[in-house]
Amino acid sequence: MTNQGIGQSVRRKEDFRFITGQGHYTDDINRPGQLYAYFHRSPHAFAKIKSINTDAARKMPGVVAVYTGKDVAVDKVGGLICGWTVKDKKGEPHKAPRHDIIAIDHVRHVGDQVAVVIARSLGEARDAAEAIEVDYDVLTPVVDVVTALQPGAPEVHADAPGNLCYDWDFGDKAATEAAFAKAAHVTKIDLVNNRLSPNPMEPRSAIGEYEPGTDQTTVYTTSQNPHVIRLILCAFVFGLPEHKVRVIAPDVGGGFGSKIFNYAEETVCVWAARKLKKPVKWTSDRTEAFLTDAHGRDHVTHAELAMDKDGKFLGFRVETKANMGAYLSTFASAVPTYLYALLLAGQYTTPAIYAEVKAVFTNTTPVDAYRGAGRPEATYVVERIVEAAARELKIDPAELRRRNFVPDDAFPYQTPVACVYDSGQYAKALDEALKMSDYAGFKQRKAEAAKKGKLRGIGLCAYIEACGIAPSAVVGSLGAGVGLWESAQIRFNATGSVFVHTGSHSHGQGHETTFAQIVSDRLGVPLESIEVVHGDTALVPMGMGTYGSRSLAVGGSAIMRAADKIIDKGKKIAAHLMEASVDDVAYDKGVFSVKGTDKQVPMAQIAFTAYVPHNYPADLEPGLEASAFYDPANFTFPAGVHVAEVEIDSDTGVTRVVNWVAVDDFGKVVNPMIVEGQVHGGIAQGVGQALLEGVVYDPKSGQLLTASFNDYCMPRADDLPSYKVGMIETPCPHNPLGVKGCGEAGAIAAPAALMNAITDALGTEKINMPATPQNVWRVIQSQNLAAAAE
Amino acid sequence: MYAFNYHRPKSLADAGKLLGDASDGKFIAGGQTLLPTLKNRFASPSDLVDLTGITELSGISVSGGTVSIGAITKHGVVATSADVKKAIPALAHLAGLIGDPAVRNMGTMGGSVANNDPAADYPSAVLGLNATVHTTKRKIAADSFFTGLFETALEESEIITKIEFPVPKRAGYEKFRNPASRYAMVGVFVAETADGVRVAVTGAGPCVFRHKEMEAALAKSFSPDALKGIKTDPGKMNNDIHGSGEYRAHLVGVVAKRAVQNALG
Repeated sequence: MTNQGIGQSVRRKEDFRFITGQGHYTDDINRPGQLYAYFHRSPHAFAKIKSINTDAARKMPGVVAVYTGKDVAVDKVGGLICGWTVKDKKGEPHKAPRHDIIAIDHVRHVGDQVAVVIARSLGEARDAAEAIEVDYDVLTPVVDVVTALQPGAPEVHADAPGNLCYDWDFGDKAATEAAFAKAAHVTKIDLVNNRLSPNPMEPRSAIGEYEPGTDQTTVYTTSQNPHVIRLILCAFVFGLPEHKVRVIAPDVGGGFGSKIFNYAEETVCVWAARKLKKPVKWTSDRTEAFLTDAHGRDHVTHAELAMDKDGKFLGFRVETKANMGAYLSTFASAVPTYLYALLLAGQYTTPAIYAEVKAVFTNTTPVDAYRGAGRPEATYVVERIVEAAARELKIDPAELRRRNFVPDDAFPYQTPVACVYDSGQYAKALDEALKMSDYAGFKQRKAEAAKKGKLRGIGLCAYIEACGIAPSAVVGSLGAGVGLWESAQIRFNATGSVFVHTGSHSHGQGHETTFAQIVSDRLGVPLESIEVVHGDTALVPMGMGTYGSRSLAVGGSAIMRAADKIIDKGKKIAAHLMEASVDDVAYDKGVFSVKGTDKQVPMAQIAFTAYVPHNYPADLEPGLEASAFYDPANFTFPAGVHVAEVEIDSDTGVTRVVNWVAVDDFGKVVNPMIVEGQVHGGIAQGVGQALLEGVVYDPKSGQLLTASFNDYCMPRADDLPSYKVGMIETPCPHNPLGVKGCGEAGAIAAPAALMNAITDALGTEKINMPATPQNVWRVIQSQNLAAAAE
Repeated sequence: MYAFNYHRPKSLADAGKLLGDASDGKFIAGGQTLLPTLKNRFASPSDLVDLTGITELSGISVSGGTVSIGAITKHGVVATSADVKKAIPALAHLAGLIGDPAVRNMGTMGGSVANNDPAADYPSAVLGLNATVHTTKRKIAADSFFTGLFETALEESEIITKIEFPVPKRAGYEKFRNPASRYAMVGVFVAETADGVRVAVTGAGPCVFRHKEMEAALAKSFSPDALKGIKTDPGKMNNDIHGSGEYRAHLVGVVAKRAVQNALG
């Protein structure tokens, strides 16, 4: 038992089926009589639809129906919604222009859906989709935020003048200006946070199904939060009662945020299935994924940091333009606001902070939460400018950070941007990271690299994130349309095995193992006797799903609460069996005992007694199961320090990541192996952003130039070094597990660490992500030209 | 993918006839370019005539200072052939750099050369080694085989049967990969052959080409330093989001030096 509980690197229970090809994904499901949907998509970034001719398509073999936006409108289907209303500087709600599930009069990005063919086979659906003729009045598109905000720029929506979704601010403007007025030194930086495509291995997929006999609608879909999808479909899109709609998200092969949202294609499957009374399936191909999965990041930022003569931070101001894409996606508005500006204190005691954010519509794929969601963007700004400040002040970057850290004895720590940090040991993480990376020996390594003609650089990132999203009342006051608690249910079977139902949803995180470890540890049930059930609204209690590194901190805490209820009831049964008073019954790791005696009863016997209650307390209900809902008291604040070291080949501009140290504080760790895996994956994604990845639109035509893996560069194993991962453990004081969350940390920390290393090697801050060989080479060339001119 | 008729003939004569009879037929060998093209519906041939069943197109032999490689020989076979490694190690090395193991176990030399993708590796070896392309109709010298972007001297229904590579005194290949696709963004094959030094550049321009200035410099002194200061015209280079003409022109110089270094061992 001891090697299966909390703190043990138990092998993942789910991996056997995944690595033997026995995972069960949405596209693996086929329903009797199933039809296939294929979308006709806009080839233009911006155009008025003059007419659509579907006559030829309707006559093609196998075609059951061809629908356009007008058909959807006739059925009075609601558009796609944004579930978080941000209010601007004046208190006005953001602009959320209507987003129809099939475009009606305008298309606003390449890939916008114009019509759908439903046919008996996918091939026939695709053939017919190609036969649809659309007459467009092509308009001039705008793809970047800077251009979109200029006077006279094309307007993506008539009801969003100047392409402005909102002009929002946060923090104390006057106090920040006062801090700048007394500053001895101000460091300024301009940054672009590049747009990313999520690229989960499994593309999106859905099957809509309707049974007229029971008036039951079932949706199989690739979702990180099936109940949220049910809520949106019922309450906002179709006006259906929730008890008549079942959403099933089986195994989901990665999401990184992109499978949180309610999309047009899945919604069309549900609508068409109800209309045709036949199952309708759609599975995205890779090109469609690039065109329609919500993208991430895409910020343009100017930031200024005010310091006193010793480098103590006095004030920080940030001005960001955030690209929303063509429509406001499900949680898009929250990402560059509450998930961003509230993290701008970083790990530091900066007393005055002010942020202004303009959210902007463009003729591009909608942008929403992507691994880290706002927090990587905040960390990137903070940690790039801190590093730049250290260089300007000629203070060692580690030392400058140390001078400004929130000290260990200051927790809980109220930042000037609303957050109350729960716990942390920032200097300890830094010390450990410097030691593990042999920071002191860097100068010698740099000199050795120079002998080989290589430019070597080192970069730090001391990140913080807010996870365990979130106290419902807090997010409600900030505009969220939902509560962000989590649910759990523990159901014992008579023979002692256990079902754990969770409202969280695993799309790769290993919940089936981690959650089972918690239950095993708390209730003394062997791991193999525990089945974690998730992803079906008909099986599990209402839950909020998995994102924002919340599943363990919120969902795990709910499981702990449910376990406590099981133990409470178990004590009553145990007291009866051992003929003792309930107050005299002690419980420890699956065994009930009478204090001061050798009497004991194991949990399995309690379960059996609960279901075969022949000898049972008279006033107690039979059965052994418990539900719990957990609404956190605060966010959790994982933090840590990453150190990246690079070598640049100045002949080609190729950057090699030669060393990586991550020291993270995730609070208590349930499964160190899974956590380390999360750190590895996160760093890989962060290195991808900094070095390789970037969505590129043609500025004139608005065409997506990176619509395949031939042009969108994903990190591969040989792009990455072997990581040195260290952990320190400062428990979260406000949840029963003491955990903080780990899923996004690597992606948050890595870009700044890596870019700080690259800018260190190059000796200039002026390079944007991704630092591709060509981009690095151009910087080196301009430096060579400048040197030659001197 | 659109529907097509599939044929797998046993002889070259049958292959030619099948293609001739098809309304819009295409030969397919390893299919590593053609299959993705079909899957994306960028092509819709009426018939595919699969050449991989024709045994006379396979095999590697070395004799009289010539390495002869059958057209349907897979990249993985060339990469691991003891004969090729011994006679022209740079050619085996190049084959081992193509794609990934899956591609190398399907893709064929004849298919790659006939397709003449501007970012393919083999064309640089064919041109750099002054190889001779044997077809069902004739022998074509490397210098007149590659005629432009995805264009070759091959006629309709003409099939490459084998390629003969004269064994050079020494040769080297260096490849700078496109970070995303991992195709050659610039690949340079240098060889000191019986007919002089040859430098063939792939990936950089619309079609593999010989770099005559570099050849002249290396003829005088076969060393990386001999290439110092030799410029490549950025205007003749490809230009895309991964590499401008300028960057590619610069890389040609860097990669060529490394290819020479590889040749020197």
